[in-house]
Amino acid sequence: MSNVLVVAEQQHGVLRSASLNAISLGRALVAANGGGTLTALLVGHELGSAAAELARYPVDQVLTVDHPALAAYLAETHAPVVAAVAQQLAAEQVAATATSTGKDLLPRVAALLDAGMASEIAAVVGPRRFKRPMLAGNAIGLVEVLTSRVVVTGRQTEWPAAQPSAAAAPITATAVPPGPALGAEVLGLAQLPSERPELTEARVVVTGGRGMGSGENFKHLGALADVLGGALGATRAACDAGMVPNDLQVGQTGKVVAPELYLAVGVSGAIQHLAGMKSSRVIVAINKNAEAPIFQVADYGLVAKWEDTIEDLTTKLRALRSA
Amino acid sequence: MKILVTAKRVPDPEQKVKIKDGALDLSGANFIVNPFDEYAVEAALRLTEKVEGATTRCGEVTVLGIGPKDMSQQLRSCLAMGADRALLVEGSDEGLDSEQVARVIVAVYQRERPDLLLLGKQTVDGESNQVAQLVAGYLGLPQACFACTIEASADGKSVVVGREVDGGTETKRLPLPAVVTVDLRSVLPQSVRNQQTPATHAYPEGPRYASLKGIMASKKKPLDSLDLATLGVTATPRLKLLSLEAPPQRQAGVKVESVDALIDKLRHEAKVI
Repeated sequence: MSNVLVVAEQQHGVLRSASLNAISLGRALVAANGGGTLTALLVGHELGSAAAELARYPVDQVLTVDHPALAAYLAETHAPVVAAVAQQLAAEQVAATATSTGKDLLPRVAALLDAGMASEIAAVVGPRRFKRPMLAGNAIGLVEVLTSRVVVTGRQTEWPAAQPSAAAAPITATAVPPGPALGAEVLGLAQLPSERPELTEARVVVTGGRGMGSGENFKHLGALADVLGGALGATRAACDAGMVPNDLQVGQTGKVVAPELYLAVGVSGAIQHLAGMKSSRVIVAINKNAEAPIFQVADYGLVAKWEDTIEDLTTKLRALRSA
Repeated sequence: MKILVTAKRVPDPEQKVKIKDGALDLSGANFIVNPFDEYAVEAALRLTEKVEGATTRCGEVTVLGIGPKDMSQQLRSCLAMGADRALLVEGSDEGLDSEQVARVIVAVYQRERPDLLLLGKQTVDGESNQVAQLVAGYLGLPQACFACTIEASADGKSVVVGREVDGGTETKRLPLPAVVTVDLRSVLPQSVRNQQTPATHAYPEGPRYASLKGIMASKKKPLDSLDLATLGVTATPRLKLLSLEAPPQRQAGVKVESVDALIDKLRHEAKVI
């Protein structure tokens, strides 16, 4: 038996979907401990509908910590709150999804709790034993946390979003003082305007590599992504060449995605790129070089120039959609 | 600005990963400076050097490595890029976990008292992405992880950091001393500037190559060795790697001849569209 605490995320009072992956991870931790309670924690200010939304999912309780000083996410102010709640609950296990916030926050929480931490785990083997990808996805490590209290983040693509449960969980507001900001302040957040779904949440991802030649050419991939209701991605080589912003990068050093359908266009298939997409259900590669390593992981390969195929593919898919 | 930047050596990620008896087989491995740490060195140099008419440098860069003795090779390459001095804390490549590495850095921080602690956002071998946050937590310092831009304030007492976050860029101001980790885009031409760097100044993209002059100069720069006992670090590990295995291999699929054949497969075989 064990108390498990998962850290949920919200923005402007709206629950972030990555919180649902954290709940699945939390349930796996409870199961590995032979039962226990699962608490989901929301930290911020003016939490809006996020707590009620979170309570619809399979957790035993939702705790909220609402304070004006916690309005903007700062690791400095949030980490002491999470650590204090973990101590109040005597939570032996603290978990979150490895979003940019989860990756920033949880190690600082681990430091405050003097707990060992395993990052981006893909499987729970036992209460303290986890599997996690390492070396750009070229190895899976079996790791053991040696402290009694355990902190983990879960790789989002490895944990399905939790499904709503029949009964709503109770919601309790708890007063925990924010940590000192230590002089740090958030000056702003420039969100990339995008009509498309988030890369890590999209059902379909269309990715371009350096073979696209220029940023201008990515608009053809954008059109294809739009017909499929998908997100647009890019390889590190394409980002490094300045064709598209780095936010689109899929790979070890960018985002890790696992959509239903992954279309790689003009992508050679460098190890570091494969690490970010090889868990996708169906992989399609379109590349003029028949020897490109991407074909070794693709379910369907088409040896062709993108110039000769993408418009045709987009037009035919659009026709199918409207048929 | 006095900067302490960390550098780990890692097996070259371009080489094939070999796993033998449940452990990493490093025989024949080529070691390089962890790419993100190399970006941190580049950022540190840009934050301290004089460019375009400035008369003095505005700081110094010390590189800290933890590893076996022959890691001095990688530290020399950081010195050849332009860092002022290097410290090597002797340890094995795989023997230390994030906790122990963080405790070493805390101890060196306390000896050196830098204004800024700069690290790569993660290593490309262990990929834990914990050390900087742990160090900031232990030292009670503000942190900015995943920096794509860093700008020093005019008085050199704070930095404004652009952080790569999901869906955009967050701008965060930190008073010094502080802990910052760098992401890929920190090596773009105009991403890092010190208080003297003109707004128009553009660096070549990427971490700089060592010049011949830099390589010659690096041989005379101080590279001091320290050990855990001298530093008073007695931290025990909190995470143990029990074994490594190769990931399940994906089977190569089929080649299709045309766009029509591809659409047919996706509709009727894979059933994804």
